[in-house]
Amino acid sequence: MLRPGLLAAALALAAPAAVAQQIAPQIVGDGIPASLTGQPGDAARGRAIVANRGIGLCLLCHSGPIAEERFQGDLSPSLAGAGSRWSEGQLRLRIVDGARLNADTIMPAYYRTSGLQRVARNFDGKTILSAAQVEDVVAYLATLKD
Amino acid sequence: MKVLRLGIGLAIVFAASWALAQGMADKGATDKRRSGTQDMGEALQKMQDDDTANPGMLFVQLGGQLWGKAAGAAGKSCADCHGGAASMKGVAARYPAIPKDADAPVDLEGRINLCRTANQQAAGFPPESRELLALAAYVAHQSRGLPIAPPDDPKLVPFRLKGQDLWKVRQGQLNLSCAICHDDNAGRKLAGVTIPEAHPTGYPIYRLEWQTLGSLKRRLRNCLAGIRAEPYAYDATEYVMLDLFLMDRARGMMLESPGVRP
Ligand code: HEC
Ligand code: HEC
Repeated sequence: MLRPGLLAAALALAAPAAVAQQIAPQIVGDGIPASLTGQPGDAARGRAIVANRGIGLCLLCHSGPIAEERFQGDLSPSLAGAGSRWSEGQLRLRIVDGARLNADTIMPAYYRTSGLQRVARNFDGKTILSAAQVEDVVAYLATLKD
Repeated sequence: MKVLRLGIGLAIVFAASWALAQGMADKGATDKRRSGTQDMGEALQKMQDDDTANPGMLFVQLGGQLWGKAAGAAGKSCADCHGGAASMKGVAARYPAIPKDADAPVDLEGRINLCRTANQQAAGFPPESRELLALAAYVAHQSRGLPIAPPDDPKLVPFRLKGQDLWKVRQGQLNLSCAICHDDNAGRKLAGVTIPEAHPTGYPIYRLEWQTLGSLKRRLRNCLAGIRAEPYAYDATEYVMLDLFLMDRARGMMLESPGVRP
């Protein structure tokens, strides 16, 4: 018979990895100034994520200066110049959870699992991008100066 | 005399098609709805319109054979109860519908399977099976060119409204709704693909990507998978409710089955 105290201890032991991932990003003003991982992202990896239809999905809706991807979307503003319009912190919040800025936005929240309905089993409880992937995308967008 | 008759015949045909064209032009002025067919390239439109090139017609033919084939413990064919293909004219244009003595609507495939189980006393065909699609295509083909005309059955209304709710609700990991793409962004490009208005005018369709015929249900499951939402179970009424909503939204548009899609 596991006593409540022991159960809590067992959960606490099992939890650290998950908890570290779930730390809520700190929003300041209209941005998230601090890196989600504590590390800077890698712009080259970020570009690959943005270009990939199955990972970043960005070019479904956006166009951007990624010439080799012929099929780009026009549901939303071009990503070109995003790095001169926004700071890294502002870009980070727009990727993490754009609904914080515009509740009606159609842009998915890439680093949020709450408030979603009927998520497919294989994606349930998972964010679209990992914290490290978000940082890579932010690093790439920051290079997009007009 | 013969020539004269032919001349009169032609005159009547032309007058009729002129009236039709006028009617369409009048409608065209106010009706801005677009079938998915109009969003395709010319080559695919031609393939759809030419019965010798439309791969869906092979399924219509197969459906015609099944129509006349006795099946089940009752040993009856569809034709034994319904007669020829002409009896199916207009049927697809008014489905889904609520069968007599039932409380819930069925789509065309569901109706076909009801006839299988209740009237032929045979097992229902599995979803997306060749036989079911072929029979659905055969029946739907008899309504090609007819306007979509959902029945006024008041019992359908709550189901249709539920379909509208499903249309509008955001779902899946990407948190999108059908309406966001097909009402708010129809005509725009999702990656390279033009987002259609999602009218169910051509179903079942032959999709080149699938290399086979597929139902509206299969299309809806694809859209759900695209937004990373859990597809409804194959026998879920959600598909029928969405179908009801879509048919009402496309009321008056022309049926084109079997459609061709990329
Ligand atoms: C389903 C559509 C969709 C997808 C997928 C999407 N976005 Fe967006 N995004 C939008 C829309 C629409 C806006 C406009 C702002 C709003 O709606 O609040 C936007 C805004 C932005 C902005 C601010 C644009 C500006 O300059 O004002 C950035 C940066 C951005 N998105 C980056 C991305 C990146 C990077 C990805 C992929 C990792 C992505 N988006 C995926 C729809 C999308
Ligand atoms: C992210 C955008 C998006 C969402 C959300 C979406 N769809 Fe689609 N849908 C598409 C695209 C793009 C196509 C055309 C695909 C093609 O032909 O390659 C399509 C095709 C269709 C078609 C076929 C139209 C035709 O002419 O063949 C129907 C019907 C449809 N969708 C219904 C729905 C329903 C119902 C939902 C919600 C459960 C939904 N869609 C959600 C993008 C979307």
